[in-house]
Amino acid sequence: MEKEHIVGKSINRVDAIEKVTGRAKYVDDITDKDAYVVKIVHSTIAHGYVKSIDISEAEKVEGVVKVVTCFDVPDLPFGTAGHPYSTDPAHQDVCDRKLLNTHVRYYGDDIAAVVAEDEVAAAQAARLITVEYEELPFVLDVEDALKEDAPLIHEEYEHNILKHTSINKGNYEEARKEPGLIKVEGWYETPTVQHCHIENFICSAYMEKGRMVVTSSTQIPHIVRRVVGQALGIPWGKVRVIKPYIGGGFGNKQDVLYEPLCAYLSMVLGGRLVKLENSREETFVSNRVRHAFKAHITSYVRKDGTFVARKMDLYSNQGGYASHGHSVVAKALGAFPQLYPCDNVEGDAYTVYTNRPVAGAMRGYGIPQSMFLYESHADDIAKVLGMNPYEFRFKTLMPKGYTDAFSKNCNYEDTFRQVMEKGNAYIHYLDKYEKYKNQTGDIRRGVGLSVFWYNTGVWPISLESSSCRMVLNQDGSIQLQLGETEIGQGADTAFSQMAAETLGIPFEDVHIVSTQDTDLTPFGTGAYASRQTYIAGFVIHQTASLMKEHILNVAVELTRQMKDNMDLINGNIVRVTDGKVLMSLGELATERLYSLQKSEHITAESTYQIKNNAYSFGCTFAEVEVDIPACKVEVKDIINVHDCGRLINPKLAQAQVHGGMSMGIGYGLTEKLMFDERTGKALNNNLLDYKLSTMMDHPHLEGQFIENYEPTSAYGTKSLGEPPACSVAPAIRNAVLNATGVAVNELPLNPHILFKRFKEEGLI
Amino acid sequence: MSKQFKQIHCTINGKERDVVVDVRASLTDLLRNDFTLTSVKKGCEVGECGACTVLIDGEAFNSCIYLAVWADGKEILTLEGLMGPHGELSDIQQAFIDETAVQCGFCIPGFIMSASEILESGKLYTRKELRKLLSGHLCRCTGYENILNAVEKTMYKRLGLELPEYLQDLSVK
Amino acid sequence: MYDIKALYEAESVSHAVQLLVEHKDADIIAGGSDVLVQMREGRRAGKELVSIYGLDELRGVSMEDDGTIRIGSLTSFSHITKDPIIQKYINVLGEAVDMVGGPQIRNIGTIGGNTCNGVTSADSASTLHAWDAIVEIAGPEGIRRESIHDFYIKAKKVDLRPGELQVAILIPKESYEGYYGNYIKYAMRNAMDIATLGCSVNVKLSQDKAVIEDVRIAYGVAGPVPLRATHAEETGRGKAVCEETFEQVAAAVLQDIAPRDSWRASKAFREHIAQVLCKRALKESVRLAGGAINE
Repeated sequence: MEKEHIVGKSINRVDAIEKVTGRAKYVDDITDKDAYVVKIVHSTIAHGYVKSIDISEAEKVEGVVKVVTCFDVPDLPFGTAGHPYSTDPAHQDVCDRKLLNTHVRYYGDDIAAVVAEDEVAAAQAARLITVEYEELPFVLDVEDALKEDAPLIHEEYEHNILKHTSINKGNYEEARKEPGLIKVEGWYETPTVQHCHIENFICSAYMEKGRMVVTSSTQIPHIVRRVVGQALGIPWGKVRVIKPYIGGGFGNKQDVLYEPLCAYLSMVLGGRLVKLENSREETFVSNRVRHAFKAHITSYVRKDGTFVARKMDLYSNQGGYASHGHSVVAKALGAFPQLYPCDNVEGDAYTVYTNRPVAGAMRGYGIPQSMFLYESHADDIAKVLGMNPYEFRFKTLMPKGYTDAFSKNCNYEDTFRQVMEKGNAYIHYLDKYEKYKNQTGDIRRGVGLSVFWYNTGVWPISLESSSCRMVLNQDGSIQLQLGETEIGQGADTAFSQMAAETLGIPFEDVHIVSTQDTDLTPFGTGAYASRQTYIAGFVIHQTASLMKEHILNVAVELTRQMKDNMDLINGNIVRVTDGKVLMSLGELATERLYSLQKSEHITAESTYQIKNNAYSFGCTFAEVEVDIPACKVEVKDIINVHDCGRLINPKLAQAQVHGGMSMGIGYGLTEKLMFDERTGKALNNNLLDYKLSTMMDHPHLEGQFIENYEPTSAYGTKSLGEPPACSVAPAIRNAVLNATGVAVNELPLNPHILFKRFKEEGLI
Repeated sequence: MSKQFKQIHCTINGKERDVVVDVRASLTDLLRNDFTLTSVKKGCEVGECGACTVLIDGEAFNSCIYLAVWADGKEILTLEGLMGPHGELSDIQQAFIDETAVQCGFCIPGFIMSASEILESGKLYTRKELRKLLSGHLCRCTGYENILNAVEKTMYKRLGLELPEYLQDLSVK
Repeated sequence: MYDIKALYEAESVSHAVQLLVEHKDADIIAGGSDVLVQMREGRRAGKELVSIYGLDELRGVSMEDDGTIRIGSLTSFSHITKDPIIQKYINVLGEAVDMVGGPQIRNIGTIGGNTCNGVTSADSASTLHAWDAIVEIAGPEGIRRESIHDFYIKAKKVDLRPGELQVAILIPKESYEGYYGNYIKYAMRNAMDIATLGCSVNVKLSQDKAVIEDVRIAYGVAGPVPLRATHAEETGRGKAVCEETFEQVAAAVLQDIAPRDSWRASKAFREHIAQVLCKRALKESVRLAGGAINE
């Protein structure tokens, strides 16, 4: 019997039928209709103190059950980042918020909550609550937050700097003195944007047998369990978190959002079921956003393009609370000396509190921002040198064999050049770049290129641990359980393929338990970074191997054959010496379970800690048409090429790439969360005014791959979840540069910024 | 203030229904709460995302900004009503599966309902026209690419036409 | 669930008028794509509503004996776009309302609602201004008609008096006969958006297609209400069809428009785009009218 390979096949998603029939149940679909509903009262100032709250009118509204204010909640500051816990207090997340806050740090902070029988009563009551504030000055931008006289957003953080880290390599000051060097410098900046998963955040909570049961639209159920325990001051074992199907996350749900508040409200109502559902408007402002970055980069290069010395000052806008904090910009800073290796590098990164909404994780974790900074700068250097940007990159990008001293990541293949060659073959960048570079007229074409640097998991910064359980059924099928979560990306399908492959059973015989329930699911930290396929791969491989070993031991007893002569192939116990099927796995399982001599329920469970990480690189090429009088850019053609190792499921992988490209197009051209300078209030926190791409804003999205087997990986694979969003915006920016000669150093390249820049450059 | 109710008569997924509705209810509320038709998703509740789309007398509407009382005398179709009598998937549902058009799945029911209206028209649309006809739905996972492929392929199939070249080989390169 | 204080459903136009007279604080709800959204936001929370959604007599497009095109106020955008009369005589209106929001919004949104909400960005409004549309209004005193130019009073305020509702929009024959038009919606994305600026132009050319006999230019979002660019029209009228004329007309637009600075767009940006759109919409209208465009 030939072994059928399941990894590498484009198998349809395990949850596809549920999702095309509407049977997939999301949080709201499984919450009893008699749940009390919560309406959060948000601050209407950007910075200050709540002096008093008058809830008397609100309490009179028929159907209102309870009103809780910031003066009522426990004095237990907690952190919300979806990071693995650290037993070392120095590495724990910053605990800087409470369930509701008297010191409000952004317009939209949480100051009170109404619990009512229905949403209309809750909304009416919330409108009747009056709040007296002591207002403080507020700051929306890092420059203002760093000023001497800036208000302190968290008193213990001087100059509002949450954290500052540096890198220092060689001797920048000495090296830049080399005669004949060309200096290129610039400021680059990226905006505040939001994830815009289509399911808004929602959770519910009730108590059962003295324990808190929270059902949440989260990427990180096991982390939510810990943080709910911490925020409520109850033992972690008294919290159970259930994660059903979720309608996208992209990092927003890699934060503990309102689960602790919802649990608290249930607790103060005797454990009654309470549902907390955010509106779209709240999701934009009172969940998480992507950090806005601003950087000044200076590069000293020789005429041939060689980097001699580089320096960067990088600022990350944290918003009102720490959430993921400095780790986002730290990842960006880490990439700086690696992407274009240089002997003399100085870099400083600052994470600065401001009175904007809280920034957390968002697809790419600092890399979409930093690639805009670094790859815009790369094209600017090439322009000054008069080099083709493709050739400049070919010459200067991280070479094959490069190993990072800190992470020990190794660039095993010449990925950057391979992906660029493949991208060029599709879009004909080299030909078009030359053709387009000296155009005149109102409508011009341009091509642009950007690469991206990424690494897969969080090691060695944080713990990488994943656990898996397999349970054998009488028919030879298994249940597969992992703490790593399906959030839409297709993880469950990839996991099932891996399990079937290693165990030697048909794909259909793997029943993955899509719901995570911390009472039942083995520990795993959840969906973040782009780690799951890589990280879970190890533990799936290990657990399947343990399971198989166990099964073959049983087979020895039942068949009296030598163990080494047997294998589990396509769900059968096969004697490999002659290919004879000795028995099916189903027969073995049934026999063993119901055996009067030796009954056994065959299971396997294990934990794997990974002390490895893997680079994952790729690129974007974009062709644009710029309508100069109309100040508009249209993407005409675009391709991403990725090396994420071996593809577990090519069609799913490509679909992931499409989604990231779409997000990248929005980031490049239209998306920006805006704030009123006078009040700090978000101006466009809805899906009409916040311009994420519609189907009419895209050309065909081409996603291609280079499959270099990742040698550190259990299945040869590495990250793909976030990378597709990382290089799109700078490729578009560089295409506009090619088309018009105008460097736009600020995202998004929307008509407003193009109007300003085209005017400055005399094009209109 | 006393609550106001109205009895309405409508057809939901082929079944005639008499139901007393709170006049404050949206059609989304009615379908989800009274008939447990939870394919009707709430993504914005103000007609900006399309996740709650249903067909009313054959036309696609955002049920979140449609008062339930207006359904009186109307024929409503939700995703649950698209399958055959024995639970057979319709061609468009199968196409969404086969084209890997589904990721988190939250926007999918709405998309399939708009696709149904488009396909029921029996017209041949260009890819550009299809983009416009489907543009009332936001999706953050798929970049719309495979959704468009699923709808376009089904359209050609239903019309008995050969697929255009660009749809013939969608294998991963 | 909406925070609706009470809902009164009209069964006829006269019943609607009666309900509006009886419930003076009530708002009219037609398709709801504005009213319900504002109610959700809290702006209209707790209001009484008179629903006219059920009044099928206000749906549809027809041609009257004198050639006037009558569009019932509850006709949805998608039905206007698909209507053969619209397509034949004033296709630009069908095109303009085909740019509202997305397909589902165009199925529920009505031309009456689009004009009665009084917003300057309404995609139908600039085109209706360009065609000198007439608004028909029913009220306690019976039916009255007024020019759409007078119907708009100020931002978000139209000339609907107590007990009144708009029942139809009329395009007289002299407005459309011999005219060809083009509407350009300028927005930040290609669907599900509101206009940053909208420009609707229509022209009537001389027999030999060499001279612009008449030109009408209307804007949305170039002022608090939709407006006509009368100086620009004057500049173009009687001029030869040529690039120079297009340039002159576009430049004259600045005398007519009064956009403001807002977070959605700056005044300077809108002024720039207004000229670009005018030129492009004018050229396209001339092309549709059979004029020669040299590019």
